[in-house]
Amino acid sequence: MTVTAGASEAKARPVQIWLIVWASALAAVLVVFLLQDSLPWAVNYPASAIVPVADWVSALMRWIKSNLSWLTRSITAVLGVPLDFALNLLAKNFKIGHGADAYVLPRLSWVGVCAAAFLAGHAAGGRKLGMLVGGCFLYIALFGQWTSAMLTLALISIAVPFCIVTGLFAGIWAWRKPWAERLVVSPALDLMQTIPTFAYLIPMLLLFGNSPVSAMIATAIFATPPMVRATMLGLSRVPSEIDDFSEMAGCTARQKLWRVLLPSARPTLMVGVNQVIMLALNMVIIASMIGAGGLGYDVLLALRALKVGEAMEAGLAIVALAIALDRLSQAIAHKQAKGHVHREVSPSFWRRYPNLTLAIAILVITTLLGLFVPAFAAVPKAITFTTAPLWKAAVNWVTINFFDTIEAFRVALILNVLNPLRAFCEGFPWLGAVFLLGLAGYQLSGLQLAALVAALTAFCAVTGLWEKTMATVYLCGISAFIACLIGIPIGLMASRSDRFEKIVAPVIDTLQVLPSFCFIIPVVMLFRVGDVTAMIATVAFAVVPAIRYTNHGIRQVPPALIEAAKVSGCTPRQTFFRVQLPLALPEIMLGVNQTILMALAMIIICAMVGTRDLGQEVFIALSKADSGRGIVAGLAIAFIGIVADRLFNAWTAKARARLG
Amino acid sequence: MTDRTEQAPTQPGKDARPIKLACRNVWKLFGSNAANFIRERDGKASMADVTAAGLVGAVRAVDLEIRQGEIFIIMGLSGSGKSTLVRCMSRLVEPTHGKVEFEGKDLLKISDAALIELRRHRMGMVFQNFALLPHLNVLENIAFPLSIQGQDRPTREARAREVIELVGLRGREHFYPRELSGGQQQRVGIARSLATKPEIWFLDEPFSALDPLIRREMQDELMRLQTMLHKTIVFITHDFDEAIRLADRIAIMKDGEVIQIGTPEELVVNPATDYVAEFTRDVDRAKVISARSLMRACDGAEHGGTVAPDAKIASFSASIVSAGKPFAVVNGTGKPIGEVTPQAVIDLLAGIDRSRVGA
Repeated sequence: MTVTAGASEAKARPVQIWLIVWASALAAVLVVFLLQDSLPWAVNYPASAIVPVADWVSALMRWIKSNLSWLTRSITAVLGVPLDFALNLLAKNFKIGHGADAYVLPRLSWVGVCAAAFLAGHAAGGRKLGMLVGGCFLYIALFGQWTSAMLTLALISIAVPFCIVTGLFAGIWAWRKPWAERLVVSPALDLMQTIPTFAYLIPMLLLFGNSPVSAMIATAIFATPPMVRATMLGLSRVPSEIDDFSEMAGCTARQKLWRVLLPSARPTLMVGVNQVIMLALNMVIIASMIGAGGLGYDVLLALRALKVGEAMEAGLAIVALAIALDRLSQAIAHKQAKGHVHREVSPSFWRRYPNLTLAIAILVITTLLGLFVPAFAAVPKAITFTTAPLWKAAVNWVTINFFDTIEAFRVALILNVLNPLRAFCEGFPWLGAVFLLGLAGYQLSGLQLAALVAALTAFCAVTGLWEKTMATVYLCGISAFIACLIGIPIGLMASRSDRFEKIVAPVIDTLQVLPSFCFIIPVVMLFRVGDVTAMIATVAFAVVPAIRYTNHGIRQVPPALIEAAKVSGCTPRQTFFRVQLPLALPEIMLGVNQTILMALAMIIICAMVGTRDLGQEVFIALSKADSGRGIVAGLAIAFIGIVADRLFNAWTAKARARLG
Repeated sequence: MTDRTEQAPTQPGKDARPIKLACRNVWKLFGSNAANFIRERDGKASMADVTAAGLVGAVRAVDLEIRQGEIFIIMGLSGSGKSTLVRCMSRLVEPTHGKVEFEGKDLLKISDAALIELRRHRMGMVFQNFALLPHLNVLENIAFPLSIQGQDRPTREARAREVIELVGLRGREHFYPRELSGGQQQRVGIARSLATKPEIWFLDEPFSALDPLIRREMQDELMRLQTMLHKTIVFITHDFDEAIRLADRIAIMKDGEVIQIGTPEELVVNPATDYVAEFTRDVDRAKVISARSLMRACDGAEHGGTVAPDAKIASFSASIVSAGKPFAVVNGTGKPIGEVTPQAVIDLLAGIDRSRVGA
């Protein structure tokens, strides 16, 4: 470094200055770290100076609860109506009247729902998709998860339209009024997506009680952002000529929006709908902690009792539901994007919508049959089977035969890697972290970013959560690091071999649709509770974007550049390292950024398996219904995410600018 | 540069048609405080002034008049401001300065409601990339402007079927845009813009996205429609050959300015600048220049035939050369007003510029 620096001093001066600045900054922090005893306030935030934000939030929530209960109650009542209807229709039964003489209207027959699922798949993507979707539902029925799965589905089917409508209007508003987008919508979306799922639950629990309605509201809030983004994106992507056309046709502002722009943006909107559905499913599972019931609750109960087999079964049912919903909504979105195909228009309803009519007919007939034939009403015990003993046996076998190996691995990991890192992180001076991160923000973007990063970091310390924040950072950091270590090479390999990509693509597609809960179950079976389990589950969950973005980044390098490299006589190796990799770097960094954010989200959920960090803080707050504590911890987590995200984005933007 | 923009009277009859649409010193500047900049200078500024103020002059000081029933072509290369100009005429883009007069009324002063009304019933527009709505089929796309006006389904579909017939798309009513070829899509675009029976018809590079053979076919189609419909047409193109083929008059734009307006013949015979001359150089002159431009006073020689003043040279070049005698140019009453010699025609065909030809 010094040799070259001398040669091109003028050119390297800015770099050199930063080098000196960083060296001295690190040295200063090191001094603080070493002189812990003389400067204790710089390492551990003094307890006496902690700002009781949590208490303020609690007080505020108490005030809202006692003064706005009329509002929350009426919201519960209003939202309860459609929700109860969906729950009764799909999972429970309609009961009219009370007590023994209540007249019972049956729920939809499981046979009918499976057939309807098949027909929906058939209509959206042909017979193959029909078989897949119908098969997933049949699987759920036969493995005895029907009622739970339908509870989950009912919640989703009410929350999703709610999200879509809210998201659509918020997106339209943001698109029409740039100030609203900049000042309200974008920051709100950022916060909504970085605040961990758990933290949503606490205020909901407090305001709306332990009920499906509060679970639904939490779900709706969590799942709306992608719809807002898709609406904004879709509207801004409508070709300007179509916009001009609507003006020239003499559309009023309203006609233009509803009859021209939104229909033209439909393919993008459908991508948003797909994401809304998947996020809603993810959240409904987690919201089982505040009364959502359904599959998530089954997993939760089984995990608490360490009934691995049952947890696995319910988890697989979630997987089946997730795959069915994802593939179905993706096929519909795909169909929209491809555009319409003409066919003979027929006046009669059933000819125009044969699948819909048939589905309704089958649902009605099987449900009515269910009144007389019990096999149609509920899945008969005789044809269901359970795999729980099998899973248990498998786990037992593994434990008996490999206990020593697994245990040795686990202990070695904890002793040699995790614990030292943890100690280092937790002992890291808060003032030093604020200083270093601020410095990085200043170098990458400027004073504004520096101030933001420093303020958010300081928040974590000032609220007295520094140690737990650093525990989160340590676990999240090491998980994200390992995920990248695994994911980027896989992505690189996939980008160089079409055959390998064909194998990898469906796997990561499936990994991506699985609710985060599902990742914990198999890991817990093998590694029991603790940091190692959390780390492995997080790596599995967060590895997807690292693979995907790396693969995509390499593949999107323009072929002309690769040809140019070949013509200049580059070996394949040179082409890869000197052309493809540098050009793909910004995209790969974007993948790393996503990996970190996903790891953060997962680490928090891993509080269920006994980590000691901010997630645990939220978890405890949830069980104690301590809103202030939970919300502040949730904000601290969100702030970690925002700091990482902004720094990475600034860096990527800089790299992109350099590449032009 | 701009002072010779108004047309030299070619035919007294043409100018009698009323002015449908006129631009009076229209400016469109991009940049902060553009409106003040041009108002302070009272609508006059040079290119250097505009650049010095940090503004971009998309349309600068455009004056033109479009007469009822004519095909008026705005020709320019990309970035010359032709698209912005046509959008100023329809107020899709709000001009920074100047007046756009529709039948003498300033379009920039009318209310939004009046503008909507005007666009619904009296203006039509065809777009380069068709701008069809992907979720509607051919019939619904064409009926869309009518449905916006609140017409009921039977009425608007009946009208849509009429224009579908007109552009030759019968049998495709229920196809969706992506199922059609580019040429067919543009036929839908044309039909859609005609469904409202507009008086003024803006065509923004309507054939530029089509391949050359289809483009030619669509140009013929446009001429066929125009002989039936007699619309006032404002046609944008970057293709000079297309302009020559279709235009009654052409305005040539460069850097936001109109540098010459005239009939194809005037542009070819009297290009205002080297820039215009560059375009006209490769034009087949015999197809553009008429007998009137080539004639001289009769010198008493025997005539081998007669031609009308408007007849293009190409239409009689073969017969005059084989006859070997001058042809008399006669006006409507049969009175000779001059003669065209075979030598002049041969010179023209050979591209020999012996003294300046012209009236």
